[in-house]
Amino acid sequence: MLCATSRLLAARTATALPAQPRGRGPGARCRRRELHFPGHPELPLGDFLAGRLPRSSVSAGRRAILRRGRMPPAVRGGPAGVELRPRRGRCGPQVTRAVGPDVAAEPTARSPKRPARGSRRFEAAGRWALLALVTLLAFATRFHRLDEPPHICWDETHFGKMGSYYINRTFFFDVHPPLGKMLIGLAGYLSGYDGTFLFQKPGDKYEHHNYMGMRGFCAFLGSLLVPFAYLTVLELSKSLPAALLTAALLTFDTGCLTLSQYILLDPILMFFIMAAMLSMVKYNSCADRPFSAPWWFWLSLTGINLAGALGVKFVGLFIILQVGWNTISDLWHLFGDLSLSVVTVGKHLTARILCLIVLPLTLYTATYAVHFMVLNKSGPGDGFFSSAFQARLSGNNLHNASIPEHLAYGSVITVKNVRMAMGYLHSHRHLYPEGIGARQQQVTTYLHKDYNNLWIIKKHNTNADPLDPSFPVEFVRHGDIIRLEHKETSRNLHSHYHEAPLTRKHYQVTGYGINGTGDSNDFWRIEVVNRKFGNRIKVLRSRIRLIHLVTGCVLGSSGKVLPKWGWEQLEVTCTPYLKETLNSIWNVEDHINPKLPNISLDVLQPTFPEILLESHMVMIRGNNGLKPKDNEFTSKPWHWPINYQGLRFSGINDTDFRVYLLGNPVVWWLNLLSIALYLLLGSIIAVAMQRGACLPAEVEGLSQVLLQGGGQLLLGWMLHYFPFFLMGRILYFHHYFPAMLFSSMLTGILWDTLLRLCAWSLASSSLARGIYAVGLLSLLLGTAYSFYLFHPLAYGMVGPLAQDPRSPMAGLRWLESWDF
Amino acid sequence: MLGFLKRPVVVKADINLNVVVLTAVALLSRLWQLAYPRAVVFDEVYYGQYISFYMKRIFFLDGSGPPFGHMLLALGGYLGGFDGNFLWNRIGAEYSSNVPVWSLRLLPALTGALLVPMAYQILLELGFSHCAATGAALLMLIENALITQSRLMLLESVLIFFNLLAVLSYLKFSNSQKQRPFSLSWWFWLTLTGVACSCAVGVKYVGVCTYLLVLTVASVHAWHLIGDRTLSHVRVLCHLLARAAALLVIPALMYLLFFYVHLILVYRSGPHDQIMSSAFQASLEGGLARITQGQPLEVAYGSQVTLKNVFGKPVPCWLHSHQSTYPMIYENGRGSSHQQQVTCYPFKDVNNWWIVKDPGRHQLVVSNPPRPVRHGDVVQLVHGMTTRFLNTPRVRRPAPGTASTSLRPALLSVAEWRCPHSVDCRPSDPTSCGLFPRGVVIGRVRNSLHWTVWFSRHDVAAPLSPHSQEVSCYVDYNISMPSQNLWRLDIVNRESDTEVWKTILSEVRLVHVNTSAVLKLSGAHLPDWGFRQLEVVGEKLSRGYHESMVWNVEEHRYGKSQEQKERELELHSPAQMDVSRNLSFMARFLELQWRMLTVRSDDSEHKYSSSPLDWVTLDTSIAYWLHPRTSAQIHLLGNAVIWASAGLATLVYALLFLWYLLRRRRGIHDLPEDSWLRWALAGALCAGGWAVNYVPFFMMEKTLFLYHYLPALAFQILLLPAVLEHLGDRLCRSPLLRSLFSGLVVAWYSCACHVFNTLRPLTYGDKSLSPSELKALRWKDSWDILIRKH
Repeated sequence: MLCATSRLLAARTATALPAQPRGRGPGARCRRRELHFPGHPELPLGDFLAGRLPRSSVSAGRRAILRRGRMPPAVRGGPAGVELRPRRGRCGPQVTRAVGPDVAAEPTARSPKRPARGSRRFEAAGRWALLALVTLLAFATRFHRLDEPPHICWDETHFGKMGSYYINRTFFFDVHPPLGKMLIGLAGYLSGYDGTFLFQKPGDKYEHHNYMGMRGFCAFLGSLLVPFAYLTVLELSKSLPAALLTAALLTFDTGCLTLSQYILLDPILMFFIMAAMLSMVKYNSCADRPFSAPWWFWLSLTGINLAGALGVKFVGLFIILQVGWNTISDLWHLFGDLSLSVVTVGKHLTARILCLIVLPLTLYTATYAVHFMVLNKSGPGDGFFSSAFQARLSGNNLHNASIPEHLAYGSVITVKNVRMAMGYLHSHRHLYPEGIGARQQQVTTYLHKDYNNLWIIKKHNTNADPLDPSFPVEFVRHGDIIRLEHKETSRNLHSHYHEAPLTRKHYQVTGYGINGTGDSNDFWRIEVVNRKFGNRIKVLRSRIRLIHLVTGCVLGSSGKVLPKWGWEQLEVTCTPYLKETLNSIWNVEDHINPKLPNISLDVLQPTFPEILLESHMVMIRGNNGLKPKDNEFTSKPWHWPINYQGLRFSGINDTDFRVYLLGNPVVWWLNLLSIALYLLLGSIIAVAMQRGACLPAEVEGLSQVLLQGGGQLLLGWMLHYFPFFLMGRILYFHHYFPAMLFSSMLTGILWDTLLRLCAWSLASSSLARGIYAVGLLSLLLGTAYSFYLFHPLAYGMVGPLAQDPRSPMAGLRWLESWDF
Repeated sequence: MLGFLKRPVVVKADINLNVVVLTAVALLSRLWQLAYPRAVVFDEVYYGQYISFYMKRIFFLDGSGPPFGHMLLALGGYLGGFDGNFLWNRIGAEYSSNVPVWSLRLLPALTGALLVPMAYQILLELGFSHCAATGAALLMLIENALITQSRLMLLESVLIFFNLLAVLSYLKFSNSQKQRPFSLSWWFWLTLTGVACSCAVGVKYVGVCTYLLVLTVASVHAWHLIGDRTLSHVRVLCHLLARAAALLVIPALMYLLFFYVHLILVYRSGPHDQIMSSAFQASLEGGLARITQGQPLEVAYGSQVTLKNVFGKPVPCWLHSHQSTYPMIYENGRGSSHQQQVTCYPFKDVNNWWIVKDPGRHQLVVSNPPRPVRHGDVVQLVHGMTTRFLNTPRVRRPAPGTASTSLRPALLSVAEWRCPHSVDCRPSDPTSCGLFPRGVVIGRVRNSLHWTVWFSRHDVAAPLSPHSQEVSCYVDYNISMPSQNLWRLDIVNRESDTEVWKTILSEVRLVHVNTSAVLKLSGAHLPDWGFRQLEVVGEKLSRGYHESMVWNVEEHRYGKSQEQKERELELHSPAQMDVSRNLSFMARFLELQWRMLTVRSDDSEHKYSSSPLDWVTLDTSIAYWLHPRTSAQIHLLGNAVIWASAGLATLVYALLFLWYLLRRRRGIHDLPEDSWLRWALAGALCAGGWAVNYVPFFMMEKTLFLYHYLPALAFQILLLPAVLEHLGDRLCRSPLLRSLFSGLVVAWYSCACHVFNTLRPLTYGDKSLSPSELKALRWKDSWDILIRKH
């Protein structure tokens, strides 16, 4: 509200201008003038729907510039678009300067028209009541039947489990950043969940375990999306009906509803995205009072929410791009404002760097610090990380490790690729399939700890058991020729001139021989990187290379995922190209040799930045690894906006309690239509402006809202949707929901504007008001009715499937691809 | 009447001797000893085989680019009288005497030479001086990598030619816009822009980048035009329509034209047929068309058909069955139905024949008149050789109280399925693997971290895809496993709901009536007991459309014999008939285009492959050819001085541009308006051209080589003299400074000439250097210059 007062000036000057270009119905104009008290609509609630709404004071200010620019004929010939360029939020001072002499007359012009104080208070109360109503409705829909079904639904099995990991403080690995799961864990902890439920598979009953805290937390954040969208649209369009329409679309969308009701990351992610958007929009409208308290507040809140969005999923990057784009264009306009000194612009720049870069980065890093601090016990995620990292985790065998330091013949070892997230050298009793190299035993790398990762290091020429106590201990030295025998299957690590399964230019690596007896292709020269010949090889610290003696190639992992026959483990090859890459460097991790004394190793203490970097590398690799398999049906991005196919959250059969994630088709198809209409209308208006057409003031105000506010939302939709087309990883329907929020907001603004334009083009004011009200009401009611029809999708259905004509949902299967 | 004679007919010719001389030298540098070496050099081995296909009119499919480039190369072969008889299998192989090497290499060399005068023209049209223009041409002239690439049978120089032609003609067009819009030359250059763009796209898909760049610049100009209020609405509309026609419609038509000509030229069947659909293959001469000629079109009850899977991956194959049954118990302990195997077989075989039967009748012959099968009909499929029904079994749940011994032991373990070895069975997680109570099958489907559960209480799981049903040919063991052999026909590409099942043209799904499972090729190879044929399953969780579930009839005839013996004879006899079925051009184009975009080459590493980051700094090179005896060799290496200074110029341009832009924003106009516009346009086209031809490679997953950088480099070279001239104009106020600057430029250019001369033996490959000389040329460790050990 603070920032609103100064904008008042702008609004007043706008109305105080003498000349009106083709005022459409002077009566209406006058009425508008009376009503201009920004932030405090004077109309009784009922009139909101009648379209007589106070327009944005900002846009009114903008209009003031435009109109002024247009008035003197001399300006007319100038290049188009110059006057029309939005001065983002800087209208207040600008206009005051521009209209200099008018300012004096301003207070006198204002005073007689100021309505009674009581009425204003009433209006403010009405507005708050409306917001409260919207919020209440959102909460009511989200919390209704939240406890149903009382079993694990869909991905709850992961995120619930990860929440438990935080409560139990065991280390795990996930492809998403930790904040979302940490919050889930926190919510569970505070609500009395003890972390003992196993979250094994969808369908498992929760029984006595307290799951409502976690679901309630997600539903709480999910409910807040609606008021956030409402406020954002209100701020962008200054039109209550538009905001109401948006809120209705989101409240009554079954998809948003379903996604908010379970223990998932999406409600948390969407919460931060919407909060960032809202605070960005708020801060934009404070732009005329830079460095004021609300300005700082909204700016830093934007930064905090950005950190939150990125901390939940990497998809949060898209909202960062949006805010970044907004900030750059903002700065560009400030920079072009010659009334500001360079120092002031520098201050602006610094403030943004501080709040939008430094602050989010700090918070983001802090979440990781908390993450690593909380998870200090060994758990299922250990194998994904380097040896040094694992040494931090209590319970891991490398924690306070006590192992023989130097490699000796006969030692049982695990060999790990130094490249992050490549895994251990692994083999198992399965052969390469026909047609893929020689039919010998597979050798892969594998991320989990497993007995099949154990290898015995042997001399190349003898097969005597080196652990025989009669032999002296002999250390392995740099440059030695060795043989690696797989402990479980007693086959030797082997390579030959056959092409590798995926990387065709490399040689295949197999397990060969019987009980350790193979041929000369089993011999490898062991080398330590950057060390002299003859040195001993240290466990953990030596970076070793294995060079195949016969072909001269180097053992490496290509990092490609093998198909099903290789259990989707990573390919191991022997590369003939001796390029220096981490893929072909290994280190020895576990080391068992009863003949050697154990030495405590406390050398492995990675610093925090190292851990941070490593966990990011592992996450990125994990994300890239989520590739759709051959012949598998995957959701395609083009499916999403048309609501082509939903996701089964719970239940398949007719006896099950079924929940199906599917958008409310009425809402979604309306959104789709709106985007098309928006593009059409937007380009018509843009071309008309570029051609210098004289738009009536009324239309011009509307088109400003459409181009500015709508443009931001369209950008948001595109940023949250189109990048998915480029992603190689496996995609799901629920990835579209952030984009869907933006497109619903766009729908709200578009239909409000469209109806106003329609009403305006029918001259008679009473008829116009009627059309506007009817149009808007029918949209609202239509949405609500469609929700009534489709609500079983979200709240659960039992009984025959929709294909069955006896099912109550039978008539609602509008697309054959919906399988609820 | 004779008025026109009053004035004499005068021809005035302005000949820019600069251009003439430059062109002549360029031609000399590109054409000199063009037929040397008379051996296959590097990627000629790749393009050569396509030229041979063109010469022999054999159909082929190359996923790397549209056919226009290949056609241009083949034109050289056609003019030189090449008969296509050469085996392109090894780099370095000597050409036989029937290969017209000179004419094959002529076209790339000519286009490469024309780059020089075009660079001159572009700089001139951008508004720079003749001096800068000459500089650009001279730089093009002595760029070793461009010379090497254009002297061989490769496409890069053709691509660069069309790229630059598009830019040049657009500049000519936009310059004539100011003076005489809608004049003849205006139309000419506008059209030429569209044509050149489409040719660039037609040579290689990378050409799209330049096309988009030109489109962007054109739309910015058009936007200004819309804002020009001195023009009437109608005139603006005319302008916009003309641009849309020339820059959007013409390229699209040209692109279609390339494929049209391509498909006319290659009309014979060949080695790449298998990738295409049956309908496409049938449209080629020879091959499948020979077999399918004159088949009856409509499949009727009693028809004998072979069913080909539309997806065709990993290999194209036909639905197949044979006498062997599924093994009673698989390796992992699961059981099967122990019925006759149904597989997909990649070879033509008499066991691929199936008979379409009406469930209501017993006849296996076609009635007279034939009763066609329509969409939605329920049919049975009878295996021709064994007369068994295609079936997907369901185990009936034992009634309470019945002893489970009424089932064969194998069936008890049907649904017990052990977690695949070590995939995700961790000791810490004992419940997630091992034996399960009857009926529960757990598998990983979504990804390596997610588990999904199916309840497969009654169904017999397929051998390799446990979440799908097994498909078999029913053998009546007389146990509680009834045959379920009714399939509903679902024509995917139907136009109406009563459409008839057509040979080759119809793509059908076979939906099992009882379980709604869909017959599908899983793509897995069966183990030894299944003779390594491909697994066919009934997919229950069918989500949407996938080509692996779609089949089409390839061979078809009406069955005549009711007796099994006669029918076997009939099946063994070759299919009769003759009349070809033609596919429309658009259908063939769309299919070909789709296959080209989806065909994947899996070679990802090559000895000389490099990453885009290596290109700017010239940290990589490619050995193209080595003389069989001496150490004369051709090596793709850039002129290091030009590469370094071009990179530097781009950087300087970007910084200066930013500086000017920020200053203008603050109201300080360093450059007058028109020279600022010129400066910005030069940057948009040259620096932009470099960026759009370079940056996309970071996102590509295919194998990349140094030569992929050449189109970007060509644009960068154009920027270099522009930046130099600008610097000269801005910095050197006094005559002394001016001459100093010119002196520096001349010194720098002679330096570049010197480098050119030093690297010349590797560019032309005509001189055998001694090992020590070669070692001296190895300026960077990463250059793999070949040195013979003697």
